[in-house]
Amino acid sequence: MADLLLNLWADYLWPLLWIVILIVAIVLPLLIAVAYLTYAERKIIAAMQMRKGPNVVGPFGLLQPMADGLKLFLKETVLPSRANATVYFLAPMMTFFLALVGWAVIPFGEGIVLADINVGILYLFAISSLGVYGIIMSGWASNSKYAFLGGLRSAAQMVSYEVSIGFVLISVLLTVGSLNLSDVVMAQKSVWFFIPHLPMFVVFFISGLAETNRSPFDLPEAEAELVAGYNVEYSAMPFALFFLGEYANMILMSAMTVILFLGGWLPPMDIALFSWIPGPIWFIAKICFVLFFFLWVRATFPRFRYDQLMRLGWKVFLPLSLAWLVLTASVLQFTGLVPK
Amino acid sequence: MSFINRTARAFFLVELLQGMACTLKYFFFRPAVTINYPFEKGPLSPRFRGEHALRRYPNGEERCISCKLCEAICPALAITIEGEVREDGSRRARRYDIDMTKCIYCGFCQEACPVDAIVEGPNFEYATETRAELMYNKAKLLANGERWETELAARIEADAPYR
Repeated sequence: MADLLLNLWADYLWPLLWIVILIVAIVLPLLIAVAYLTYAERKIIAAMQMRKGPNVVGPFGLLQPMADGLKLFLKETVLPSRANATVYFLAPMMTFFLALVGWAVIPFGEGIVLADINVGILYLFAISSLGVYGIIMSGWASNSKYAFLGGLRSAAQMVSYEVSIGFVLISVLLTVGSLNLSDVVMAQKSVWFFIPHLPMFVVFFISGLAETNRSPFDLPEAEAELVAGYNVEYSAMPFALFFLGEYANMILMSAMTVILFLGGWLPPMDIALFSWIPGPIWFIAKICFVLFFFLWVRATFPRFRYDQLMRLGWKVFLPLSLAWLVLTASVLQFTGLVPK
Repeated sequence: MSFINRTARAFFLVELLQGMACTLKYFFFRPAVTINYPFEKGPLSPRFRGEHALRRYPNGEERCISCKLCEAICPALAITIEGEVREDGSRRARRYDIDMTKCIYCGFCQEACPVDAIVEGPNFEYATETRAELMYNKAKLLANGERWETELAARIEADAPYR
């Protein structure tokens, strides 16, 4: 009996507990990062607009995200009378869940990864595609015209840019010869992919902005036209879940950019001073760098018109990424650099 | 040639990068212009038209002689005055009410006043919790006058050369 229990513990319970611990170890810092990303966003955009940004709650306003969170937590959850309650509450949960679940395959350092699966890129791509469901569901279930239009726009936008992201991913994985994210990073030991794939790096970054509904592609939530887009009807915690999901997606997209183009956890040069700093620190620093670009772009550009958005996605990025894919494949083939 | 130029500029994102350079410059080199409001305040002109006050002469006598010019000129009909002749034979206001919710802060009342009695002072921080508190009566206006007299006198003097 005792033997059985011991086996049960060693074979099932302990691995389960260990996984839960690992998940918490990833999700908890992620949520704190999301909270402070909103703070960083407000501070950085404020600085670019010659303002101070939040500076009242706590030293330098550092407790502002906590105050915001507390406010949302204490608000009343409103359910519109004509909304479809099940889908209405499912949508923010789904957005939030999908934003977190992508982190399962992200390698933070050599071997520091929750699930080192061989289809990592495919998994990430699938998860980020599913993200559109949360938005469509919320737009539909709210039974409100603004939410509905926001949901429609968002669906069309995310689907359009998914296509070019797909081709960019294929170009990268051709050069790597593997779908495993750790292999992708290790393949960048000699040169980070943003140098040979510079145009695709730009395309990927811009598509990433569109994919996460960030300015200048924040049409789904265009305040001026759609009030707030798909999340107009949401309040309190459901809204907070959308908000957290959106920002977690931003961080995930930055992590993808870092892994695919900026050498993941690798230091810029393999010299003593740089290689003393552990990989995860490099990884996080690079994510912060890319996130700064996200915020910087938001402070700089006005919103795209909808037809311009579609034109950019289908008539510029799609041919460009397709041409680059063919070019990459030809170069690899004719120079004999095809990875085995 | 211009086509090549245009296309090259579009492909190398020249204008986008210029825009981003501009915001980055602001990020690093431009100090914030924010005024930390309740602790810091911006400058006010001596002509600033804020909360009303009724002034007194240095000997303590009320300036207002109940001529009702302000009441007559007030475009928002916010002022109500009832006059009386006091025992010493001078005309004074028995009642002087301003409905601050009607007032549009045009400053006509202080322009119309022949004795500099009603003035609009520098105070703009008099928000209240109830509407009733904004129905100012004579006592409230005189109290304002006493509270702000130093500044009111200074403002009138500063503006005098331009009148």
